[in-house]
Amino acid sequence: MTQYLLKGAQLPSGERADILVKDGVIAEGSAKDAQIIDADGLVALPGLVDLHTHLREPGREDAETVETGSRAAALGGYTAVCAMANTSPVADTAGVVEQVYRLGREAGLVDVQPVGAVTVGLAGERLAELGAMATSAAQVRIFSDDGHCVADPRLMRRALEYVKAFDGVIAQHAEEPRLTEGAQMHEGEVATRLGLTGWPAVAEEAIIARDVLLAEHVGSRLHVCHVSTAGSVEVLRQAKARGVRVTAEVTPHHLLLTDERATSYDPVFKVNPPLRTQADVEALRQALREGVIDVVATDHAPHAVEDKECEWAYARPGMLGLETALSIAVDVLGPDWDLIAERMSRTPARIAGLDGHGHDIKTGAPANLTLVDPAARRVVDPSDSASRSRNTPYAGMTLPARVVATFLRGEATVLDGKAVR
Amino acid sequence: MKHLLSATDLDASTATLVLDTAAEMATLAGREVKKLPTLRGRTVVNLFYEDSTRTRISFEAAAKRLSADVINFSAKGSSVSKGESLKDTALTLQAMGADAVVIRHPASGAPHRLSTWVAGSVVNAGDGTHEHPTQALLDAYTMRSRLGRLAGLSVAIVGDVLHSRVARSNVHLLATLGAKVTLVGPPTLIPPDLRTEVSYDLDAVLPDADVVMMLRVQRERMAASYFPSAREYARRYGLDGPRMRRLPDHAIVMHPGPMNRGMEIAPEVADSARSTIVEQVANGVSVRMAVLYLLLGGKS
Ligand SMILES: [Zn+2]
Repeated sequence: MTQYLLKGAQLPSGERADILVKDGVIAEGSAKDAQIIDADGLVALPGLVDLHTHLREPGREDAETVETGSRAAALGGYTAVCAMANTSPVADTAGVVEQVYRLGREAGLVDVQPVGAVTVGLAGERLAELGAMATSAAQVRIFSDDGHCVADPRLMRRALEYVKAFDGVIAQHAEEPRLTEGAQMHEGEVATRLGLTGWPAVAEEAIIARDVLLAEHVGSRLHVCHVSTAGSVEVLRQAKARGVRVTAEVTPHHLLLTDERATSYDPVFKVNPPLRTQADVEALRQALREGVIDVVATDHAPHAVEDKECEWAYARPGMLGLETALSIAVDVLGPDWDLIAERMSRTPARIAGLDGHGHDIKTGAPANLTLVDPAARRVVDPSDSASRSRNTPYAGMTLPARVVATFLRGEATVLDGKAVR
Repeated sequence: MKHLLSATDLDASTATLVLDTAAEMATLAGREVKKLPTLRGRTVVNLFYEDSTRTRISFEAAAKRLSADVINFSAKGSSVSKGESLKDTALTLQAMGADAVVIRHPASGAPHRLSTWVAGSVVNAGDGTHEHPTQALLDAYTMRSRLGRLAGLSVAIVGDVLHSRVARSNVHLLATLGAKVTLVGPPTLIPPDLRTEVSYDLDAVLPDADVVMMLRVQRERMAASYFPSAREYARRYGLDGPRMRRLPDHAIVMHPGPMNRGMEIAPEVADSARSTIVEQVANGVSVRMAVLYLLLGGKS
């Protein structure tokens, strides 16, 4: 196994250190056989962990595969991603989650941790075999019908209660479906002007408010996916102040882009939940800094060209995120590396129960880390993406910071900014 | 002006130029030979993804009176109905050398998308619940010819504004041309953020209105709880004879058609002297001639 010595890297704490990567861990001792990487001016972060990734396999391998998505993740500085369950077939059985888990292992570029569906076929009617998925080789801990809301309050209550047996967590896609029938974008002035059916903020906020009360009632953990509104932030703030065991994520695109983007009618900006207003963006940024929102998660959602090069209403919602998330976090949070490590590595690893990830870079810790050039600037070019899809909303934008190298259990997955395979 | 996708594409001088040009075109209708040679050799494609014989015929007549070659591409019986994407259709039209594409589409923004894929001009003939700019132009033309001006007119737009592309285009164009617009209807059907006056009380608006524009209200909206019943809707927001008599003597009543007689408009009103419904149809051809002329006439 190749040894690496990362010389003069800056740690999230601000200290500078030489980091010896040996036998899968951060080591001490002789570095005489190590390949030396000049890390002067680079920042070493614990490998990033994404709680919300759509890898599309099985079912839509034309849009993404576990391997291509894993490569995009490694290039984005990730060492673990949680693969959402809305594949075809749906990841609602031990068989499917084990298949995804195995494909991730075979690709070997990041740890692919499958998310299990809450309900059979994501239909929102009856519980999937959550326990079987939890005890499978994939050891599923996060369950989500993402793409759909678990709208039935009784079913949601039962799911929250049931997963306590194996310390699971329900990750809710908060969208009251009766309030978003036919919805195309954020309900507001821009939607009115564009004649696109609105997705009201209250459809998200009402579900989060209900779910924090349910989680409080049954004493369970709740995770809220892709929080997008200022009102949701206030609901979460109050719930956390009361001690409810709720965590929440925000996507890079909700931290950066607004509903004004829809004015082009280019569906590359269509996403669910939709891009909101500048006031929402400001509230989300503040909540992320304060910790009311715990995590940045990508909601990386690759789509084939024909699903985006069409009329807005017919396009599928979702955008790429893995290769740009860190840059956007730097753009939004500034070069506060400890905060970035907290929001993009330590906390998501803890929520997902990924014991091998999210560790500080110190002797004995698993060598899951990424080296970032904070001074770099890059122009986003969709054709450069390692993803099989091209639906990045950031095309042509100049973003700060660049991933130079990523290590998964001591093996380089990215070197010199390129995937090793 | 390259395309006409939205009424917001028109500033006051351009909009006035369209209306003045339409007035010239209208004089043609009285002549024996109703054709101008202006667009000879140019190709105008009518690309209709929704059935709208009225609008298609209006554009077709306009293009033919300017001597353009017209190709009708309707969703029925063409590759469009076989699931060909809008982009592939656009590339086909491009290869056919379309100088202008007139598009009617159920999806808001489809004309914008099309305009990024074809070299020719794109005219929005109604897209989803977004806009229908030539309807607004013909409405403005009709108001101007009946009332002599647009600036300062009080226009009440009554009904399902939320789902109306006609209302959106009218709000923008009338604001550009200096008219004062009041949207009237149940709060469920009036979006709060169109930056214009709103009233939920039709009777209060009528005495000061120069123009009342009644929008078609689809009965399906009841199923989605926008209002309880056709009867209640007609009672609160329908324009019947007694209400019409509350209008000032000079006021006119408009409707973009097709009408639900007895729902938003009573037959007595639709057939009254105040009604402009028939002349709106005739004016539509003149206005569309003006639009095609101004988009294409300067070129080639
Ligand atoms: Zn989701």
